Amino acid sequence: MNKDILICGVGGQGTVLASKIIAASASAEGSQIHSAETIGMAQRGGSVTSHVRIGENAYSPLIPFGNADLLLAFEPAEAVRNLKYLRKDGVAIVNTVATKPVTESLADTGYDGSDMTAYIAGKCSCIFVDSDNVCAPFGSSRFFNIIILGIASGSGKLGIARDTVLKQIEKRVPKAYVDINKKAFQTGYEIGQETVNQQIK
Amino acid sequence: MKEYVMGNGAIALGALSAGVNLVAGYPGTPSSEIIETISKYPHEGIHLEWSVNEKAALEVAAAAAYSGARALVTMKQVGLNVASDPLMSLAYVGVKGGLVVVSADDPGPISSQTEQDTRRFADYCRIPVFDPSTPEEAFVMIGDAFEYSERYHTPVLFRPTTRVCHAYASVDVPDSYSPKEYEGFIKDSRKWVIFPRLSYTNHGMIEERNIKIGQEFSEYRFNSVTGTSKKAIVTSGVSYTYVKECIGDRNDIKVIRIATAFPFPESFMADALSDVSEVLCIEELSPYLEEQILKTAGIHHLNVTVHGKHDGMVPHNGEMSTELAAGILSGYLDVELSRELIDTSDAPKLPLRPPVLCAGCPHRASFYAVKKAMTGRKAVFCGDIGCYTLGNAMPLDMVDTCLCMGAGITMAQGFAHTDNDTVCFAFVGDSTFFASGMTGVVNAVYNEADMILCVLDNSTTAMTGHQPHPGTGRNMMGNIVDKVDIAKVLEGIGVKSIVTVDPLDLDKSVETVRQAAGIKGVKAIIFRSPCIAITKPKGKCTIDGSECINCKKCIKEVGCPALITADGHVSIDMNLCTGCGLCAKVCPVSAIGGKNE
Repeated sequence: MNKDILICGVGGQGTVLASKIIAASASAEGSQIHSAETIGMAQRGGSVTSHVRIGENAYSPLIPFGNADLLLAFEPAEAVRNLKYLRKDGVAIVNTVATKPVTESLADTGYDGSDMTAYIAGKCSCIFVDSDNVCAPFGSSRFFNIIILGIASGSGKLGIARDTVLKQIEKRVPKAYVDINKKAFQTGYEIGQETVNQQIK
Repeated sequence: MKEYVMGNGAIALGALSAGVNLVAGYPGTPSSEIIETISKYPHEGIHLEWSVNEKAALEVAAAAAYSGARALVTMKQVGLNVASDPLMSLAYVGVKGGLVVVSADDPGPISSQTEQDTRRFADYCRIPVFDPSTPEEAFVMIGDAFEYSERYHTPVLFRPTTRVCHAYASVDVPDSYSPKEYEGFIKDSRKWVIFPRLSYTNHGMIEERNIKIGQEFSEYRFNSVTGTSKKAIVTSGVSYTYVKECIGDRNDIKVIRIATAFPFPESFMADALSDVSEVLCIEELSPYLEEQILKTAGIHHLNVTVHGKHDGMVPHNGEMSTELAAGILSGYLDVELSRELIDTSDAPKLPLRPPVLCAGCPHRASFYAVKKAMTGRKAVFCGDIGCYTLGNAMPLDMVDTCLCMGAGITMAQGFAHTDNDTVCFAFVGDSTFFASGMTGVVNAVYNEADMILCVLDNSTTAMTGHQPHPGTGRNMMGNIVDKVDIAKVLEGIGVKSIVTVDPLDLDKSVETVRQAAGIKGVKAIIFRSPCIAITKPKGKCTIDGSECINCKKCIKEVGCPALITADGHVSIDMNLCTGCGLCAKVCPVSAIGGKNE
């Protein structure tokens, strides 16, 4: 399998864990993996990306523009910022809840992500998700990274077996949080499955 | 055994496989994870340390290498400037055990002050340098670097770049590691004591040796030529992977890849260029290979046109990328990236998202207190390297200068001597204080500077990933050690007024700054509060909607990312708020409260 997955968001949203779980899962299924992370200054609330490249055709650690099969966007403006990486026939899973940068709050621009969501909807095949809603039962937006993985898995766009991903979640989150993260994954998985059902209908 | 590791992890495991005995370094993006990886793997019998700075790290390692042990030193490229004093001399003296200095370059720059090129440093010091393209290569190459170091008794540089350091790949690693056996230090003052006579003799030997290493590098396994064409490409490091991304396995394009920039594999290059009429150099940072090729062409009378940075085909600054390489190559060869892109030219204006101090960061409170205390007074705020450089952002706007590690302290003195009517502040983090701040304070006391030193003590090296330092009481051997007390250090140096204050106590902090500004000489304020990223939040602040007059003073004065506007009203992002309470103290109508859950 050759697949490029770009994960983007804002420093502190847990994109790195999501990319590590995808990479480790694909690796556990015997695929060759390369990935790359944003580390350093940008982790402090800046734009961050993780590039996961599955398969033997990847040379560069970074996905070339127009080559990503799947875009997991933790923030609507970051989705637009990184849209250039997505293939024309690729799929974007986009959180509609905006993270407002301080610069926007200071200038009082009213940025709320809605422009971004509307724009991206016209550009590619999208699955939109409201992180506030889906995270509410879990009490914290910190679970969104696992939920979005669940959506990717449930929608069939991840290309990795569900149990493989669950095993990596077990391995990579602290023991006390394994059960709740599995529940978060399941929540996402069901949302993902629903999108498939809707298409069939 | 296959391990999925970061490039820095691959370097670490490669060094363990090479039987490294001692590892020392100073944290710096993109190099920090090398030492952290070693600490997470079994490493019995290996001394591991975060040194106080890069110079200290290299000197510790040099002695280990004099003893015949294998030593690894890690730093980012600007750290090599700090370590350059011992490195230059060590290049003359040489080593017995293998000594490899990893200096990670940062094209872009992404998290650095400079776009300097470690390959130039290797040339300047006249010592070999290795330049891996991928984590897999880095794993193997670090072992080669130790071999060359030992065979030629010279320190060796190892130069990955950010995209190699932070890329992940599966690496085949041994199941266990064992440190190398070594002899111990054998005294020989003619060998280990640098004197002009030794430098003169060794200088000649080093140049002869480098010719030999250059010849060996001409056969080196990671220097490669693929394909044939009249128009060739020369590349190195991660740029090689971008070139490959553009041309794939095409055999009708000659690609020459150089993994050992110095000593330059001249005969290899002369051979590779013998049937070539044009060559394009695709490399990041300085045009190092390009200049070596121009030199090689001159020496060997090659009839070849050289393209690259000197004729503007390749930019001098910033990172290379697949897209940039494709653009350059399409004007040079029949290379076309055939992907159809989503048209994003009509995208709405994207919000800027510069890095900021975290919600609840105690540095924000420290800066705010100084700003409040200095309202209406002429003051200059010298910043330094660390998270707190971000204090420059609006609305705090509290960093007027930032130059290099420790410079804020000494620059504040310069302003004090030249701008007499100004209150001169230096902000320095705890780790930076130990790394290169202390001598600056001695300078201030000795030369009678009138300045206020603000130590922003969050008890960690936050920006690079929370490494311990001498003030934390923990070291990389996993031991609890005596903390080096910053207040006592300052007292010992002779700073007359030293006050420690919690920056989240705003009133007391402002008062402390005001008092310090009224005293002559060198004053110090230690703002002590732990880094919010590694402490449990105190709770959450809430806004009482019936009290809030929506003046937005909290947003305009504090600039905390947790303070946002929703439907025109100020609100607090509960996912970000840590309950530091700074906004509550700024609110003119006491509408913010609920700090403790």
